Amino acid sequence: MPVVEMIGKPIHINEEGFLTEYNEWDPAIGKVLAEQIGVEMTDEHWKIINFLREDFKTEGETATSRRVQTVGGVPVKIQFELFPKKPAKKMAYIAGLPKPKGCV
Amino acid sequence: MKKLLVLGGGTAGTMVVNKLHKKLPASEWKITVVDQDNTHIYQPGLLLLPFGVYKVEELVKERNHFFPKNVDFIQAEIAKIDPDASTVSLKDGRTLEYDYLVIASGTSPRPDQTPGMDDPKEWRKSIFDFFTLEGSKALGEALSTWQGGRLVVHITEMPIKCPVAPLEFAFLADAYFEEHKMRDKVEIVYVTPLEGAFTKPVCSKQLGYMLDDRKISLEPDFMIEHIDQERKVMVSMDEREIPFDLLVTVPLNMGADFIGASGMGDELNYVPVDKQTFLSRKYPNVFALGDASDIPASKAGSVAHFAIDLFSENFVEYIAGRPMVHNFDGHANCFIESGHGKGLLIDFNYQTEPLPGMFPIPVIGPLPLLKESHLNHLGKLAFRWVYWNLLLRGRPIPIPSLMSMSGKRPVKVEAKITL
Repeated sequence: MPVVEMIGKPIHINEEGFLTEYNEWDPAIGKVLAEQIGVEMTDEHWKIINFLREDFKTEGETATSRRVQTVGGVPVKIQFELFPKKPAKKMAYIAGLPKPKGCV
Repeated sequence: MKKLLVLGGGTAGTMVVNKLHKKLPASEWKITVVDQDNTHIYQPGLLLLPFGVYKVEELVKERNHFFPKNVDFIQAEIAKIDPDASTVSLKDGRTLEYDYLVIASGTSPRPDQTPGMDDPKEWRKSIFDFFTLEGSKALGEALSTWQGGRLVVHITEMPIKCPVAPLEFAFLADAYFEEHKMRDKVEIVYVTPLEGAFTKPVCSKQLGYMLDDRKISLEPDFMIEHIDQERKVMVSMDEREIPFDLLVTVPLNMGADFIGASGMGDELNYVPVDKQTFLSRKYPNVFALGDASDIPASKAGSVAHFAIDLFSENFVEYIAGRPMVHNFDGHANCFIESGHGKGLLIDFNYQTEPLPGMFPIPVIGPLPLLKESHLNHLGKLAFRWVYWNLLLRGRPIPIPSLMSMSGKRPVKVEAKITL
């Protein structure tokens, strides 16, 4: 797995650029990741990212868009407005968590 | 007498009672299964039924035919579990007590959860599901008289029962229309809420050609909001529209309603469990097996089978007060039909994605992994016999419960950011 440097820290990522180590993430890293994919972070964005980080701690899995809606309280339509076109993947990327995937 | 109560007599529930009745002395344990009906469906067959591969009677048997004699079968609808009192109430008013509960009530397609999907005007006329016997039959009838047009194969939301089935449906439809000399009259579109038909790096690299070669077009990142039946279009959360003449959709999949009503489910009524032992994360005498649990593995019969092999070993230890040491690794082993008498085999787990190579299996094998071959298609067809005669009855199958790297070939994938 590749290691890159972000704001002076070594960060482990996978072949698609997603962080692989939960504890290497902090909000400053999150901001850098958001900038990389053209997302300007607001309080509404952070509300979702913080939810994803907390939820992953207890569940061990990245929350789905539905879970962000029903448990995190942000409707899927709003998720599409905040993270256009690919909200689930973009939210996971910025939160430093695994992307949603199928079995193949 | 100790009471083990199993909710659901499908693939997982049937395997559980067949495994455990051999391990738990009949003088000390009463095992009871509850299901709302007595019809056991061979679900992998529902994918092939619309293409005329099977007849309905080859896919359906009575559930109680597969339960051991000393296991009680109650045919009734479940109203609610009271996990604090260790009781289950049935809709007919009866209450069942348990010492240990196994929830094996599976997952079901819920077209009612997407506005416009199951409105009667087009439901099962131009909009079909195929993971129900009624849906699969209706789709077969529609295909046999269809004159062509735009066929849209669609996944509403993950997770779904048998995640590769919609992709297989698209491949089989391509082959079916070609064999019926009408492929040029059909446009096939594959619509997924994920970023693509393949989301794992090695699969994307090895299998990416499969849609292009078959001229199946892809609409990724499509989260459906509603279906406009008048105009025959699907509309997404970000207001994209996909028109269809024939829509084959996998509706939202959910666990049983009684799990939600009992306060024991997540946002989709799946029971949160430890992903290695299937023990409820909240109740020490409740387990959930098969599609009913929230484990991050494929909702597939093979996963239930491997899981239950390990669970039945663990359960005996657990009731004796010893630690459960047979940890499940998320092992799945699935055939993927690709049309024209060919298929692929995938073998993977929580950690390891499907890889190419050869899968060692006595007598018929080895079988090629992640590669189209006729042998894999024969394996899929032979599996129906294995299912009815060995798997459900808890008899041994020569595939290890835990995934092995034997025969697998790691693949180097170039790094690329796709966002």
